Amino acid sequence: MADQPTPTDAGGTGTAGGSAQSNRSRSGGHVPRLVGIWAAISLVGDLLFWFLAGPHIPPGTMTSAAGGAQFDFNVLFIIAVPVVVAVWVYMGYALFTWRASRVPGGPEVRRQFQRGHTGVQAWFIGTTTVIVMGLFIFGTAELIIPAGAGGGEGPNPIWTPTSGTVLPVQVIAQQWKFSYRYPTFGGFETDQLYLPDNTTIAFHVTSLDVIHDFWAYQLGVKADANPQQDNVAYTTTSQLGSFTVRCDELCGLWHGSMFNYGKVVSKTAFEQWASRTEAALAANTKNLPAFSWTYVPDANGADGSYYPDNVDPYSKVETYGAQKVTFK
Amino acid sequence: MTVTDTVPSGGAAQVVRRRPAWLEQNLLTAAVGAVGGYLFGHWVGNMIAGGYININGASGQNDIAVCLGLGIAVFGWLLGIGALNYPLAKIIGLDPAQEMPRESWTRYLKFSTDHKVVGIQYLFSVFLFLFTAGLLAMAIRSELLSPTSHLFGPGTYIAVVGEHGTMMMMMASSLVVGPLGNYLVPLMIGSRRTAFPRIEATSLWLFTAGYLVILTALPLGGFPTGWTGYAPLQTEAGAGMDAYLAGFAVIGLGMILAGFNLIATIIHYRAPGMTWSRLPIFVWSILATSALLTLATPTLVAAGLFGILDRTAQTAFYVTERGGSSFLWQNLFWFFGHPEVYIMALPGFGIVGEMLPVFTRRPLFGYRVAAAGMFGVALLSFFVWQHHLFQSGINPDMRPLFMLTTELISIPTGFIYLVTLGTLWKAKIRFEVPMLFALGMLFNFLIGGVTGVFLSDVPVNVTVHGSFFVMAHFHYTIMGGLVFAFFGAIYYWTPKITGRMLDRRLGKIHFWTMFLFFNMTFFPLFIVGILGQPRRVFEYAPNLQVWNDVSSIGAFLLGASFLIFVANFVWTIIIEPRKAPDNPWDSYGLEWQTATPVPFYNFERIPVILNDPYHYNEPEAQPVADIVLTGEPRPAAAVSAGPVDPADRGLSEGDGSE
Repeated sequence: MADQPTPTDAGGTGTAGGSAQSNRSRSGGHVPRLVGIWAAISLVGDLLFWFLAGPHIPPGTMTSAAGGAQFDFNVLFIIAVPVVVAVWVYMGYALFTWRASRVPGGPEVRRQFQRGHTGVQAWFIGTTTVIVMGLFIFGTAELIIPAGAGGGEGPNPIWTPTSGTVLPVQVIAQQWKFSYRYPTFGGFETDQLYLPDNTTIAFHVTSLDVIHDFWAYQLGVKADANPQQDNVAYTTTSQLGSFTVRCDELCGLWHGSMFNYGKVVSKTAFEQWASRTEAALAANTKNLPAFSWTYVPDANGADGSYYPDNVDPYSKVETYGAQKVTFK
Repeated sequence: MTVTDTVPSGGAAQVVRRRPAWLEQNLLTAAVGAVGGYLFGHWVGNMIAGGYININGASGQNDIAVCLGLGIAVFGWLLGIGALNYPLAKIIGLDPAQEMPRESWTRYLKFSTDHKVVGIQYLFSVFLFLFTAGLLAMAIRSELLSPTSHLFGPGTYIAVVGEHGTMMMMMASSLVVGPLGNYLVPLMIGSRRTAFPRIEATSLWLFTAGYLVILTALPLGGFPTGWTGYAPLQTEAGAGMDAYLAGFAVIGLGMILAGFNLIATIIHYRAPGMTWSRLPIFVWSILATSALLTLATPTLVAAGLFGILDRTAQTAFYVTERGGSSFLWQNLFWFFGHPEVYIMALPGFGIVGEMLPVFTRRPLFGYRVAAAGMFGVALLSFFVWQHHLFQSGINPDMRPLFMLTTELISIPTGFIYLVTLGTLWKAKIRFEVPMLFALGMLFNFLIGGVTGVFLSDVPVNVTVHGSFFVMAHFHYTIMGGLVFAFFGAIYYWTPKITGRMLDRRLGKIHFWTMFLFFNMTFFPLFIVGILGQPRRVFEYAPNLQVWNDVSSIGAFLLGASFLIFVANFVWTIIIEPRKAPDNPWDSYGLEWQTATPVPFYNFERIPVILNDPYHYNEPEAQPVADIVLTGEPRPAAAVSAGPVDPADRGLSEGDGSE
């Protein structure tokens, strides 16, 4: 072995607090030095992050939910930097300062720090507890005040937006596509997702077969699409532009290509688009099932009550036993 | 059954039979049993449910036949290896055969109740798991080299993803408990055996059976759900899903048995003087892990059986339109799944805590806090599972509570850093290979832990949930944490287990390449995650290709770094053995105070424990036990090893030799 222990290794320096400590301060000046290095690096890191990276952190500021997620991420990062830097600086310092080749005798640690120290331990536990409780209070406030922060809140949200006008949009997920119904415009269904600017949107997410997840990335909205469940997520748009919708829960073969795009347009453009589409799709809408917050799938997945019997060859066909599937 | 039932009464008068070698059961008979069992089960399934089509019509295969085939194959595997000889003999009233243990290497291919043999069998089994699933990981990274051109079809790709995830999770749940827990715990607590050697051995053979079962998922067409197996996709999936459900149930049974045996061993088989406050921190971590294995895993087994019933017997546990609930699987799965995460973290803490004092030459700082922290983590881990379901719409009003519990669990988890930072203070640090791996673990786990706090914050979770950010996070904790600690442990304890020394220089090259390329593989995935790439997709936005390619190249190089380890292992352990010193790290641990290689009976005499194994830098302290065979001479170690007291031996009936 490269560094066999010296005879003094096991013996140490004799009694605790012996000659090794007599000619230096209590901590050997290590603590002030460590705190100085830590504070400097943490401060620089935090400032650089907050001003250079912070404004560009996804998902951006296209909606209230996105802005909230970005703000939360940045705050957590600001707290994380000093924590990570503390551990790294300490470990780097310790590994350099107390590596075996620089410690001729045994370890110079004083007796009362050898096996633990109530003060140090209480300080560590206290500090982490304060950080954690602070994060909890912060996270809860950030969840409740913006009405669920863009996450799926189930069928009966307890945190609802204060805004008087809310545009409901139903998101219907099925293998492997998203489509959208606008109940306030006659319930037409389309695979185009248009949203008005400066408006609070209530996404009602549901599925016709397996579990999917509606992730409107730039909107900061994410909600699972469960069969026979209405999962509501709120956000308020604040910028024009297009956004990506991806399925974020593994839903089978073509999960990887289950995505489309949406647009936030001005209120007047939205009204025009919605009225035009409602008229253009009127014939189709008549064939759709009556608008409902959930639809019952059947044994064939996305079939069930959604497609009316007269247009769907699979309706009422169950595949129990050896029964053959017959096509009309 | 009590422990004393298994101790032979009149040892000398007992006739020990030995079958001729060609009649002994081994891997070959087990394989015959498994294949025969599968064919038989498949035949029975077709007899009782011929012409049956899957309830939800997708697989086109007879799931009853497949499930029966897999179940009876596992039974045949256990029968073939001889795991059932004892209980079957008892049932039909025969005196169970007493088997002489063999000294030949062939004992590693047989059912053995020696915890050291089981440990080594476990070691090779986890390597088999690790390297199989590692190859699948490189297949995934190959596919993701390009956002749009494809190596695999989408079906093959999700089959590979699911297989990789499931195998790795199965492997990681036993990675430390299996090989090192079984091998080292009796040595560390001064025992000659574990409490239930046959149960211990059966857990190993269930673990290997689980490997074979989950491997059959590929020829059966794979399963489309990933390792989380969400229903209703699970219910409508093809026959590969049966292998997933059966495989997890089988592995789960093995985990329960392994944990149960180790709990009983640690509580009841400690040597005199091995008080709770002298218990090595590694044993504490195994105890906490075993508690999780025993308490959390039954949920997984039950959930898997519900899934099998849904797919075969037309029950509707997870079928919403028939009155079941797809939320039920999510709840049951994560109620197991989150303790599972700590099953994969705590042993790593134990390994690091065990190695730090040895390589810093001073006692562990905050021993009690560390032990208490592990149990704090274990307890809290049962109260955090719904943080996987923040966006699911289940109990949305519970999100603040689960945010709180999730953030609280970082307090006891952080104790490992308190212990580390305290132990490094004014120490004498030696950078041996195991210490490098321990430090690497601490580096990686910090990133994994801090990003976990990001995930626990619900507003941030809206963006990062289900993205590559999560994927990077748990690879940092499991691969960067547990697997790094595991390799540190391999370098640390190989001299004890094999009596041979792994090459130090190759070990350092292995560490640095693994550390570098691990970070190169997984750090970019945080970035692609937050930039919007969902998990388990085969197509992604073109602007993410650079980071994906960095990750893929890192993954191939990471795979190559494992080859350095394999070369080192094969060369210095098998081809050109290098004899290790008896106690190469000058550890005070009890496991180093017995002969190397460890004799069949572990300790010539049950030691009396005088101190904990961390009394470095305490010159006036007692030695760890009244036997000190290795390391520097200790003044109080004058007690000579006396003759073996038969009453002390406590060997199982399978151990007739001296």
